[in-house]
Amino acid sequence: MLCDDCHRNEACIHFTQISPEGKLDKNLCEECAARYRNFMPPTDARNFTVNDFLKGLFRQPPEQKEEKADGGLVCPNCGMTFQDFAHTGKIGCSVCYDTFRGQLAPLLKRIHGSSTHSGKIPRRSGGMLVVRHEIALLKEQLAEAVQSEAYEKAAEYRDRIRALEKRIAAGEKGGEARGRA
Amino acid sequence: MAVRDLYRDYRLPWFGSEGEAGDVVLASRVRLARNFARLPFPNRADQKQLAEAQNRAASVFSRIEETAGQAFDAVQIDALAQMEREVLVEKQLVSKRLIQEPAYRSAYISSDRKCSVLVNEDDHLRIHAMASGLDLRAPLDAAFRVDDAVEKTLDVAFDEKMGYLTSCPTNLGTGLRATVLLHLPGLVYTRNMNNIINISQQLGLSVRGLYGEGSETVGNIFAVSNQLTLGFTEQAIVENLMNAATQIIDNERRARKALAMTSKERLEDAVWRSYGVLKYARSLGESEVLELISKVRLGFDLGLLHEATAERYSELLFASRPSYLKNLAGNDNLSQTEIDRKRAAVVRQILSGGAQIQENSP
Repeated sequence: MLCDDCHRNEACIHFTQISPEGKLDKNLCEECAARYRNFMPPTDARNFTVNDFLKGLFRQPPEQKEEKADGGLVCPNCGMTFQDFAHTGKIGCSVCYDTFRGQLAPLLKRIHGSSTHSGKIPRRSGGMLVVRHEIALLKEQLAEAVQSEAYEKAAEYRDRIRALEKRIAAGEKGGEARGRA
Repeated sequence: MAVRDLYRDYRLPWFGSEGEAGDVVLASRVRLARNFARLPFPNRADQKQLAEAQNRAASVFSRIEETAGQAFDAVQIDALAQMEREVLVEKQLVSKRLIQEPAYRSAYISSDRKCSVLVNEDDHLRIHAMASGLDLRAPLDAAFRVDDAVEKTLDVAFDEKMGYLTSCPTNLGTGLRATVLLHLPGLVYTRNMNNIINISQQLGLSVRGLYGEGSETVGNIFAVSNQLTLGFTEQAIVENLMNAATQIIDNERRARKALAMTSKERLEDAVWRSYGVLKYARSLGESEVLELISKVRLGFDLGLLHEATAERYSELLFASRPSYLKNLAGNDNLSQTEIDRKRAAVVRQILSGGAQIQENSP
């Protein structure tokens, strides 16, 4: 069947328009149909998402396709396997990140060029990380104080660092479990 | 502000002309992706778990309203008509993704419309904050305040090394996507846009047209956002984007100046023609309007025309979107012809003084 509009190409799309003026039926070729684009539902061409891309990243290299490449890991919280991730390109739950830590690290490096967070930290559930950041900062100040021979200040920093380190030691025994996502 | 206004009002306080570099920047926006610890992410959650995420979000909302100092409208997506959902997308208050599967999806939208929190999109929570002009710091602070209010009582998925855990690894770490919306007719008409897109990609930024299909953009509006979320502080991400945006703004202004110098007569004619069509046409297409109002806005910013103010531009932009028009007519089954006529009527009304849009105008 030839296209009703150009009468040259093979028609491949059947087009029905219903308007107050009545019903209009047409058989169109791809080129002519494109002119009616406004009437058409959006095509899937744009729906290629970043997750499709991630799936691809994980399927390769092809020679490692054996099932056991990940040691058969299953997330104990949501039951996701590494194969699931290769299918959907999406992570299942927060525990997955812990379960597949080893497999995800190289991917994160490839996406972000880094695998270590350095931004905001949740104050309450961020565990001892807030304290550790504070210690790092104090150590810098301590070194500066020593360099400029401000020993009184340095002693003060040293005491504060010790106090914080004690808190970490105590926290690791008790509250840490809750802080882990 | 009544909930009904969400779908009827075509003014958005954070969009348009005010603020830093308002001649080029339409709006700045920040998004934080957050999840509840242990609860499966929405893509893997069953109905019970999705409902649980909604309950947890609901449980902190009074605190969020308190910290934000304003009330939020709670919107259940599945309780809305399809065209109402689409109006919220057109106004950029919720994402397209959120309305794809309406069940167990909700949104909290602040009274001033500058902040919205989406529940069960790709992540349990997506916190959005907007501001007019080139200003990412204020929205970032606002989003942080909402985030702090959430995490005060609820455990948020966080890992010491990987940061905030998200459903998609591309958002991991800060979960921050900062975006600047730019009106760039100068760069488009002088054919410089491809350069800008290429350079931006090298800087780790994505540039995409807001309207239009595929690589064909309509209306000269572009969204510039950061792509990397892990390994940088939120402040660094925002600063980097603001610097890049400033460069683009400078280039846009230079391009406009060049246009005004080299082809002033042609430009002036195009601007006034566009204004004439908008003011008198009886039928206007979706892309057609976007192109016309872009030219009129350019004319206004260059001082070639004073009839249509910059505020009119953003009003026209939202009031001419197809779902807004369908919703205004209260009819989801308008034909293309009817929508185009309705659009022309609404545009005429806004240009003749922006009087209240009559719901059944001819």
